[in-house]
Amino acid sequence: MATGVRRLIPRRWSGPVAGEIPGGGAGAVVAGFLAVLILGTLAAVAWTARGLSGLGPWDLRAIWFTLWQAALSASLSAALAVPVARALARRSFAGRGALILLLGAPFILPVIVAIMGLVEIFGRQGLVNAALQAVGLPRFSIYGWQGVVLAHVFFNIPLAVRLILQGWQGIPGERIRLAESLGFSPRDIGRHLERPMLREVLPGVWLVIFMVCLTSFAVALTLGGGPRATTVELAIYQAFRFDFDLGRAATLGLVQVAISLGAILLAARVTLPPGFGAGMGGGAALRGPAGWRVGADVAAIALAAAFLIGPMAAVILPGLPALGALPADVWTAAARSLLMALGSAALTLVLSVALALALDRGRNRWIEIAGMLPLVASPLVLGTGIYLLVREWVRPETLALPVTVLINAIMALPFALRALIPAARTVQADYGRLAASLGLRRWARLRVLTLPRLARPLGFAGGLAAALAMGDLGVITLFADSDRTTLPMQLYLLMGRYRMQDAAGAAVLLMAISLALFWIFDRLGRRLGGSDDDA
Amino acid sequence: MTLEFRAARVTLGDFTLRADLTVPAGARVAVIGPSGSGKSTLLALVAGFLRPDAGAVLWQGRDLAPLPPGERPVSILFQDQNLFPHLTVAQNVALGLRPDLRLTPAQHAAVAAALQSVGLAGMGGRRPAALSGGQQGRVALARVGLRARPILLLDEAFAALGPALKDEMLDLVAGIARDGNATVLMVTHDPDDARRFADLTIVVDEGVAAPPQPTGPLLDNPPPGLRAYLG
Repeated sequence: MATGVRRLIPRRWSGPVAGEIPGGGAGAVVAGFLAVLILGTLAAVAWTARGLSGLGPWDLRAIWFTLWQAALSASLSAALAVPVARALARRSFAGRGALILLLGAPFILPVIVAIMGLVEIFGRQGLVNAALQAVGLPRFSIYGWQGVVLAHVFFNIPLAVRLILQGWQGIPGERIRLAESLGFSPRDIGRHLERPMLREVLPGVWLVIFMVCLTSFAVALTLGGGPRATTVELAIYQAFRFDFDLGRAATLGLVQVAISLGAILLAARVTLPPGFGAGMGGGAALRGPAGWRVGADVAAIALAAAFLIGPMAAVILPGLPALGALPADVWTAAARSLLMALGSAALTLVLSVALALALDRGRNRWIEIAGMLPLVASPLVLGTGIYLLVREWVRPETLALPVTVLINAIMALPFALRALIPAARTVQADYGRLAASLGLRRWARLRVLTLPRLARPLGFAGGLAAALAMGDLGVITLFADSDRTTLPMQLYLLMGRYRMQDAAGAAVLLMAISLALFWIFDRLGRRLGGSDDDA
Repeated sequence: MTLEFRAARVTLGDFTLRADLTVPAGARVAVIGPSGSGKSTLLALVAGFLRPDAGAVLWQGRDLAPLPPGERPVSILFQDQNLFPHLTVAQNVALGLRPDLRLTPAQHAAVAAALQSVGLAGMGGRRPAALSGGQQGRVALARVGLRARPILLLDEAFAALGPALKDEMLDLVAGIARDGNATVLMVTHDPDDARRFADLTIVVDEGVAAPPQPTGPLLDNPPPGLRAYLG
């Protein structure tokens, strides 16, 4: 009975108790702010859009490219991740934990840094082309659709591996022990345990990557372009920045929103895997089969590690010595970026705490929906919309920094909420009644219960927001001028001028600040959240 | 000085609990009945986690309905989650005095004394995870003692402890209740707990809480529903 009532009580928890938690009102305000901002900008975009007849063949090609490159990137990432995840699931070796940790890095790695690394390895002068040439094969060009897909695979294989690895680790230990006691061969295990799991997990993995690639901008900007490798986001940028054709930019923005909405509706029919949870250990592990499969697993892990670490090393090794000789404007840009990242992180934290607290008190589904609204609008669509709304009063350059801070904060919100909402629910389920019976209310409840219990997901959310804003090379490109650049912009400019020494130094600086920001926030969250142990 | 359920009725989904009974002040009452019969629901009505859809719950003739849980004359202990794991033992106890933890020196001393009274002197700086199950129960009881509310609800508290430890806890509860002249309602699955601890017993069965009856005679000669449950 006890569990039955525990389940029932929160639903009936109404009346004065609910109103005692601070942030209830703030949550509604934040949700309203998000709705007005996002739906308002989308309305501005729709108002300015010219109807689909305004799209030329170039734009239709961009739409087509956006869809198929995302599909191809998602398929390749998911397919290549399967053997790597299987190898990680059934082998244990020194450095396995570190490798799994490393798989989380690309998410907070600035896109432009990774691209530079990929160019170092796969570009004209890179190792890969040197090897191809040595055996008399044709060169591989990283510029064009193949480069866009390569970069997407680089970013998303780690995500896919982590998600699929979770699937492997989710196979119940009893079933693994049963398989062992029945003397299953690796082939039998594949048929009865692994393939059913993959059938369940892979659609969600594919869809997550597909959605990420749909709004790809920085990769297409740097490696794509031209008639055959322009995404809708890039087309918006070109219409806005080069042609200053706001009508066309708005029309493309609507197209992008339609694509995102379509993907979200598709996602609603598929169970998406939960975020980017880690996943090490737990339950019974598969015993790795002997024979040729050892070699296959070693190869899978080694290739994946090389593919991940190679481009990073190719930036870090030449970049470290160049750090000391970086021009002053790189440092200025770094300081500007750092301030913006901190601003975005602070904004994300305020917004997400207000929303999470409002959720903490009950089942306000619409607040959750408001928090997920940013998924509908891409950064460039929002940027275009905001400019359309305020163009009477301000020049684009003035918008660059504040809009970048705001949009990055909003874009980090769904990720922050994905970490915060379950935590807030757990606090309510585990301690809601105890807190109420002790009369913990308002600020005392916030200080004594809510913030300490939420400090970890808050630290994570802040770190994520800071790192994403630090590495942003999206909406900033719409408005930025060369006087007030951010560090990613500066790096992009240096690469364009072939000042590779300085570029490598700037890349190392950018990578270091991004990772450090994430690490410090995450660490701070753990510290403030305290430990439940005595240690 | 009584706790009264006056034709109280609460509905949760397709389950309804009715209670029309009076608990004398200072009584120690066991609440017993099959799983899902509504024992915890009865306590939740007193604690304020639930409000009756009809009727009322009264303390000393006063309707408790307008009071939020924290302002009711009630302390409650659950089976688990009685302590906040991120707070120290002393802070967990101090919540009984000041939910915002801003304690005066005298209040700090009171916390230390409360810990001493349950045999945990000097353990105030530890976290709950560093304590055994029995010690965690003692911390929660120290807080109950400090709050000194006239009604104490035990919702299968200590059910996870072994028999010897549970008896020890019940003795502590009895002491605290005696000192504070508190009325105790204790949900339990174990008729021996009822015999040992409670002079009166409320049987909850099929959505109805029966008025309290003397524990010994009731258990010696149980009504049909209780007999089926006791086996």
